[in-house]
Amino acid sequence: MVKWSDFERATIQDIFSKIDKDVVGQAALARCLIVYPWTQRYFGSFGNLYNAAAITSNPKVAAHGKVVIGGLEKALQNMDNIKQAYTDLSVLHSEKLQVDPDNFKLLADCLTIVVASNLGISFTPEVQAAFQKFLDVVVAALRKQYY
Amino acid sequence: MSLTAKDKDTVRTFWAKISGREDDVGTDALSRMLRVYPQTKTYFSHWTDLSPGSAPVKKHGKTVIGGVADAVAKIDALSSGLLSLSELHAFTLRVDPANFKILGHCILVVMAMMFPNDFTPEVHVAMDKFLAALALALSEKYR
Repeated sequence: MVKWSDFERATIQDIFSKIDKDVVGQAALARCLIVYPWTQRYFGSFGNLYNAAAITSNPKVAAHGKVVIGGLEKALQNMDNIKQAYTDLSVLHSEKLQVDPDNFKLLADCLTIVVASNLGISFTPEVQAAFQKFLDVVVAALRKQYY
Repeated sequence: MSLTAKDKDTVRTFWAKISGREDDVGTDALSRMLRVYPQTKTYFSHWTDLSPGSAPVKKHGKTVIGGVADAVAKIDALSSGLLSLSELHAFTLRVDPANFKILGHCILVVMAMMFPNDFTPEVHVAMDKFLAALALALSEKYR
């Protein structure tokens, strides 16, 4: 079981209370599709992903960004049992969506960068360590049901 | 995934924008790397103080970012331009090349923090490709 320090719990809660959830999810997903274009393979139904401008203004990307943040909030509400809470999500990603789990890390890196640009100087090394630990746990939970 | 002419232009333009603050970028990126990826501390056991912004971290952050600046200047021929640095890392320092990716990520995080409006997705992809090419050039002499 993952052990969270008081600082880590407080920090992660604080990050989610500070960020604009409607913006961060969209920004991170758009960045992922732009910086790692092969990830576009999973979004064939999203329409125009032809260039950065199109991706950034794509309404389906925006909508799906919110879905992703919603998933992270589920982890936030179940911090002591993320693996369990994510069982169905993991099955969904492996069996239905068939996403290469290496891609989770790419999206996690983009999330870190977007949160960093949102929080600026308050995204200290300590805060970054806590946030990346949280994302590592989320990614591990998402990978759990792959076989 | 080699650098296009557009990538090189983007990197050079962004680097010009951050000029004057590169030392801060280097120090912050190194500080973060040591804190967020504690395994990287194993390369600095000879330092007295590994805390963020300490004197050895500041000094070395400057050295590292100086190397990156040099690579920007040599962006058209990274492998040949970084030959001696590669030999240093391969034979003397023997840093596992996986760590180049880690430091690269920390550099990108600091750029996003310090230059949120300039570090657009387009700049991000160009810088990510550049840092990957830099890492590859640094690994050139390893085996």
